[in-house]
Amino acid sequence: MRSLFCLALAISLCPLAALADGKYGGENRGKPLQPAQVNAKWQQECGSCHIAYAPGLLPAESWRKIMAGLDQHFGDNAALTAQESKEITAFLVVNASNRWSAKTAPMRITESAWFKAKHNSREISPDTWKRPAVKSPANCQACHTEAAKADFNEHRIKIPR
Amino acid sequence: MNKLLLTTLAFAIALPLAAAANPVQDSYRAAAKQENAGFKDFSAARGQALYSTKTADMACASCHGNTPNANGKHAKTGKDILPLSPSANAQRFTDAAKVEKWFGRNCKDVLNRACTAQEKGDFIAYMLSVK
Repeated sequence: MRSLFCLALAISLCPLAALADGKYGGENRGKPLQPAQVNAKWQQECGSCHIAYAPGLLPAESWRKIMAGLDQHFGDNAALTAQESKEITAFLVVNASNRWSAKTAPMRITESAWFKAKHNSREISPDTWKRPAVKSPANCQACHTEAAKADFNEHRIKIPR
Repeated sequence: MNKLLLTTLAFAIALPLAAAANPVQDSYRAAAKQENAGFKDFSAARGQALYSTKTADMACASCHGNTPNANGKHAKTGKDILPLSPSANAQRFTDAAKVEKWFGRNCKDVLNRACTAQEKGDFIAYMLSVK
């Protein structure tokens, strides 16, 4: 009886705990993911080797760290001029995730709790990521056909065979 | 009449030559002369050799593909990369700042050093020669 009471108490406290941490332990992507008006330099510069990832996919601190190390960007040199870097960083920071309450700042979108939850191995087998048409989890548009427009709606998902 | 014919003929010959000139490559020509007093010219063959140079498992072709007049695919992200040769993509090698930025990044990635003006000009010569 007493344990039942404790359980009831725990459940009733649950929403409070969730509120404090936010969804996905506070590592949640922003809403909206991307402002209606985007920065042209961001689109051009960040969209050359991969799609220009929407600013709301990561918190502001992540973008600051990423933009500070572009000369060694995941093994590639993606250096910008100081002026370009300043302008793009400002756009990313202002439009970063507005639902990220955790103190974390991952360098990769794939390291965030919301990404892992949405792409768990029960729904997407490890083999799927290795298919030639997918190649890498960085290749959002392989399955999210409208990813370049920051549209990740599940109705637009088409996983290549 | 004869004079008009000659003038027309001269234009017909000169125009394609003028169209083939690339202002970005010309700026590297000036730099190459500064780099090396014995500079002669750029060479498409040397540019092609540079394009296929492989170091630490990486070459230009790793992302730009074996044929520069077709789409490439980024080696890591899988993103399509538009053709590099101006014959297939007229925007290529028209914006000096953009060209210099990408030589700056990619020479360091592939060769682990900056490219010389000679190499950049050779590279463009090769790209201009791909039809």
